[in-house]
Amino acid sequence: MYKLSACCSMSCGISLPPKMILASLRGHKQGNGRCTNVPRNVNLEKLQNNYLFPEISKRELQHLEKYPNAKVISLGIGDTTEPIPEQISLSMANYAHALSTAEGYRGYGAEQGNQVLRKAIAETFYKDVAIKDTEVFVSDGAQCDISRLQLLLGSKVTIAVQDPSFPAYIDSSVIIGQAGDFQDKTGKYQNIEYMQLGPQNNFFPNLTITPRTDIIFFCSPNNPTGHAATRKQLQQLVEFARDNGSIIIFDSAYATYVSDDSPKSIFEIPGAKEVAIEISSFSKFAGFTGVRLGWTVVPEELLFSGGFPVIHDFNRIVCTCFNGASNISQAGGLACLSSEGFQAIRAVIDYYKENARILVDTFASLGLEVYGGVNAPYVWVHFPGSKSWNVFAEILEKTHIITVPGSGFGPGGAEYIRISAFGRRERIIEASWRLEKLFSMGKSPLLTV
Amino acid sequence: MSLANNLSTSMISSSSSAFLAPTSFNASRTRSVSVPLKSLNIVKCVATPQEQQIAYKTKVSRNANIAKLQAGYLFPEVARRRAAHLLKYPNAQVISLGIGDTTEPIPDVITSAMAKRSHALSTLEGYSGYGAEQGEKAVRAALASTFYGNLGIEEEDIFVSDGAKCDISRLQVVFGSNVTMAVQDPSYPAYVDSSVIMGQTGQFQKDVEKYANIEYMRCTPENGFFPDLSTVARTDIIFFCSPNNPTGAAATREQLTRLVQFAKDNGSIIVYDSAYALYMSDENPRSIFEIPGAKEVAIETASFSKYAGFTGVRLGWTVVPKQLLFSDGFPVAKDFNRIVCTCFNGASNISQAGGLACLSPEGLEAMQEVIGFYKENTKIIVETFNSLGFKVYGGQNAPYVWVHFPGRNSWDVFSEILEKTHIVTTPGSGFGPGGEGFIRVSAFGHRENVLEACRRFKQLYN
Repeated sequence: MYKLSACCSMSCGISLPPKMILASLRGHKQGNGRCTNVPRNVNLEKLQNNYLFPEISKRELQHLEKYPNAKVISLGIGDTTEPIPEQISLSMANYAHALSTAEGYRGYGAEQGNQVLRKAIAETFYKDVAIKDTEVFVSDGAQCDISRLQLLLGSKVTIAVQDPSFPAYIDSSVIIGQAGDFQDKTGKYQNIEYMQLGPQNNFFPNLTITPRTDIIFFCSPNNPTGHAATRKQLQQLVEFARDNGSIIIFDSAYATYVSDDSPKSIFEIPGAKEVAIEISSFSKFAGFTGVRLGWTVVPEELLFSGGFPVIHDFNRIVCTCFNGASNISQAGGLACLSSEGFQAIRAVIDYYKENARILVDTFASLGLEVYGGVNAPYVWVHFPGSKSWNVFAEILEKTHIITVPGSGFGPGGAEYIRISAFGRRERIIEASWRLEKLFSMGKSPLLTV
Repeated sequence: MSLANNLSTSMISSSSSAFLAPTSFNASRTRSVSVPLKSLNIVKCVATPQEQQIAYKTKVSRNANIAKLQAGYLFPEVARRRAAHLLKYPNAQVISLGIGDTTEPIPDVITSAMAKRSHALSTLEGYSGYGAEQGEKAVRAALASTFYGNLGIEEEDIFVSDGAKCDISRLQVVFGSNVTMAVQDPSYPAYVDSSVIMGQTGQFQKDVEKYANIEYMRCTPENGFFPDLSTVARTDIIFFCSPNNPTGAAATREQLTRLVQFAKDNGSIIVYDSAYALYMSDENPRSIFEIPGAKEVAIETASFSKYAGFTGVRLGWTVVPKQLLFSDGFPVAKDFNRIVCTCFNGASNISQAGGLACLSPEGLEAMQEVIGFYKENTKIIVETFNSLGFKVYGGQNAPYVWVHFPGRNSWDVFSEILEKTHIVTTPGSGFGPGGEGFIRVSAFGHRENVLEACRRFKQLYN
């Protein structure tokens, strides 16, 4: 926690050249010298640490400094590694070239996204559930959309999250002022409802003991646990939301990783259109983590308590706080949804899924409790009785593999490690081999509990 | 927004009259049915029959801040009117000098770089996933050396984004709801609208056309479009755009020095919007950081939109100097970085490749040519209105011409121009009450369209 009661020259932790220090000490009669009189946003003060993934990057860098020759394998941040299929990057290159021509030049696009792309998204992913193109808002990614949705909802709503969950739901909630204070004892923010998930409840929260909140963030297939909610579970969720007049924000970023018949969209559940918003992304679907493209579906039927359509306010946010996804990225998105494009992408997804299978097999063969990896590119491994940051550190130190400690996703992740399945096949195999060496024959203290 | 996009835009975006946000919204979707009784001639409202149920409503309250917004965002509203006009006159050759949308192709050197990056994403060596949220190192370094070379702004002070409009909202998220802000009046509507959304303002006051709790700093021909700071109340944040959208005014070094001093005296933070800096013809400062002491009181936001025609490609940047501190000494850059890491995931890597090419010597030269083209457009428009006897402002340092129509309602003038000449402009009141009586004519357009538009203006106003 950063606390400084009065501004003075050096205690801000910035090293200034001596000349500047003298200048500031000479100072101003009014105010506090170098500081402004603008108060820091108290909500940002409430954030506990850095955002999880830059923190993981930092640890990776530190490790590399310590072992400059180590062949570090990154199974931490879920960053895609396989090249984008050619027909897709070709369409983006062509679009870029066209921007240099009179006929092909385009300026501002509709903030809601290119109409052809919106239609293609509706037809590809929501054909059987009658979501219209006008309900699809193209964006530069789910992480950005989550924050835009928080701006839409404002500081006075209450939220529930799965525990563990993708940290952006909680962090954005804190930032917008919904979350209350962090309680060190529980590791939770005061006003957020944490719906615990674990093997004991089949990775689906016990809704009978879950208090009402305005908003329920729900990610399926789940990051980090990998669990894909069943149709029955999602029916319960929709019913719960209906009974409570809540809005579900359903994160379907990993829908295309589903292997069984688990629902790929919340709108497969009857009645969902009146209680749910769905967010999704091309990141893990098409390797667009750097290209930046995603979408959010806000059904027209979704109404605030006074009857005002949520879609109108979301549109206002999109028009005021955003200026559309890059037109080149959108051209790529359209190519992804052509039948050849989609097929090519499926091959990449299958590649990552095979990685996941290898990792699941590795951990299972070591007798560890392993979850996920079937419907999502994440493997969720349980180390009972452990502290996940310690496990993370042990694995990193002994095998030079970056993972993500489960507690980074909430207190419900405390004894778990998330292993992401993105990576070149040979590195996945190498990683498996190193993990086998570490955990077999009880060599690791992590196994002795 | 381009014509094609307008026409094909969904119902939602083109009918922003539906977005007029009254403070109480009566559910338009509830349907009660009146059923006549059989024997008597009485019509009685009964409970809705099973088949026609009242629309389900959640129990989530609408965000009161958004409810404060008066209407749709200005530019979609202008776009809506244009679309409506085209429906009325399907054969009209509408010329768009409204929304400041670039029209000229992007120079080859820049698009080739973006095409190259696209192709590379299909190769093992060239593929990249998540980039640094703050932007690619090479781009940050190039921005620092190109625009801030001898101003002491470094690579790590620069945050690459998907554009200034998005950065404005991210800055608002950093500041939170408990700060006060000042804007120029008139000003680019995103400053006020994002402030309302963030909860910094009170209700809209119809009689003065201002939101409570925002300090509107009047900028008029009488004060040379620079506010009289002696009459401006202290606020935490001061939004300042120069060269200015919509007035085209470029603040002088002396004026900016006073502004920085004002901010210093009040402990305020200036958010300086320099999106049009390269349109400057005069010797005025292009960056707030040319003013000594500015690093301790200012953030600067900028964009490739109007320099490189990147309005659709999406690329901009914000400079948050490490010397800028909140009242408790906490560096603003640290909080901005946190927002960038949590609420954003970086600008598109392809767009950034384009940005890097923009900043090469060849790219800079190519951008100057495009800017020069639009500046020539501006000159033509200024000359036209001057010749018609109008009081004309701007146009010298920005691609906007600010034309005075004394005593007239600007939406009326907008409508009249649209109806009589099929030219879309932007009504000054859309930028704040200080814009009433003015029309903004933007200078983006193909040369023949600008010339044709000027012919039509001459016809209308001669």
